[in-house]
Amino acid sequence: MAKIPVQFTLNGAEKAEFIDSGTTLLHALRDKIGDTSPKGGCHQGTCGACSVIIDGELRLSCLTLAETCNGAAITTTSGLSQGGVLHPLQRAFLDAFATQCGFCTPGMIMAAKVLLDHTPDPSRDEVVEALSGNICRCTGYEPIIQAVLTAARSNSQNAA
Amino acid sequence: MAIKRGRGVAAINYPTGMNLGGDPTQALVHSTPTGNFMVTLSSVDLGQGMKQIMAQICAETIGVPTDRVVVDTADTDTGPHCMGTFASRGTHRAGNAVIQAAREARQVMLEVAAEELEVNASDLETDGQGNILVKGAPQRSISIFDVALSAHFKRGRSISGRGMFLIPRSYPEKETGAMKPSTCYAHACTVAEVEVDDETGEITVLTVKNVFEIGRALNPKMVEQQLVGGSWMGISHALYETTEPYYPDRDHGGTDFNQYLMPGPGDLAQTEIIVLERPSADGPYGAKGPGEMCANPQIPAIANAVFDAVGVRIDTLPITPERILRALKAQASN
Repeated sequence: MAKIPVQFTLNGAEKAEFIDSGTTLLHALRDKIGDTSPKGGCHQGTCGACSVIIDGELRLSCLTLAETCNGAAITTTSGLSQGGVLHPLQRAFLDAFATQCGFCTPGMIMAAKVLLDHTPDPSRDEVVEALSGNICRCTGYEPIIQAVLTAARSNSQNAA
Repeated sequence: MAIKRGRGVAAINYPTGMNLGGDPTQALVHSTPTGNFMVTLSSVDLGQGMKQIMAQICAETIGVPTDRVVVDTADTDTGPHCMGTFASRGTHRAGNAVIQAAREARQVMLEVAAEELEVNASDLETDGQGNILVKGAPQRSISIFDVALSAHFKRGRSISGRGMFLIPRSYPEKETGAMKPSTCYAHACTVAEVEVDDETGEITVLTVKNVFEIGRALNPKMVEQQLVGGSWMGISHALYETTEPYYPDRDHGGTDFNQYLMPGPGDLAQTEIIVLERPSADGPYGAKGPGEMCANPQIPAIANAVFDAVGVRIDTLPITPERILRALKAQASN
């Protein structure tokens, strides 16, 4: 079967690939383009480890066909740091010891980023709601919730 | 029909490691030509922080900053033997092996430094910053960088050491069956508060207050991280987790990890953690095993809290709404 061309921007850089029809965005990102920050956990859209941001919205890359992403702007966790300086969310996750095995962390950070982009000063309940599609099996979630709240506070201080 | 509140307490002793067949871990330590130190292990870091702790232990023993130590746990086929990271044994067993290996390496390092400084090795000490000094005359010193270069290129020495830690197999006494299957007990106590809806059987854990006695906390923030996650896992064991809800029947069991119930971020109990440090006699720098131990006391505490709330004893895990309702029904018919 003929390959399909697909073009999008990934963390600001233009990418173009020929893919098989039906290729998931997760597979295209990890195995074609080489961005392994989205993780393949359940491959059925329930664990959130593959979360990426497409045109500002949180999406599960394991359930998104790459061919539907033509012209899209895609952000992954590997694109968050700027010139070696960590994004406030990454810094907050480190400082709060909000990661152990680390497998869920990129998806958690994507979910948290979309929350903070839309709701810069979220309540605890809003953080819980935003993370509820992401499974963690190490931390007990509390350090992750605290990290997101801390990042929100540091963002609002920087803005002030 | 009402929501009833109950409180339960439980205390545990929990072993470090398991020597039913002998419980060994071995370690190798060697210096690079520039005076960094490699720790080679087969003990695997699953995210619990093994590499960081072993780097700290090696650095402390040799007398260098922690960032001068690299821990390689790459391959269980080729590394020194380890039984594995389970049973809260990683820090204790591998840590003791690393101390022994690092002591031997330190001794060679001091011998080479002694030759360079033309003094006796027993008159030397480390400053923890990467230098070796003559005791009482710190102006006579040499950097560990230069000692390693000398060992490698001038004196033909390997600054290295072997570490072997073994808790031997314990056999039961024939008469009494008494045996010592494990060592170095850690301790914990939890008070849990729950609400139980006696109409639906639903349980809400309101608070868990935990005290953990874990020897010495070699890295307090990482210990806290383990304990917070572990306390949550204990609640999960008590109320959520099973692959066979109708054991031994497999019906209704999860078939994938995303169908394996654990509490989500909206199901968290208010959690308190208190750490008591009572350094253990045989632990590396006094450490015991906090890992698996910390997920245990919540289970009996919650079972006791359920009993306090609605007067039924659930002795099968997980304590599901269905089990509570069946027990309440049986209680009412008696």
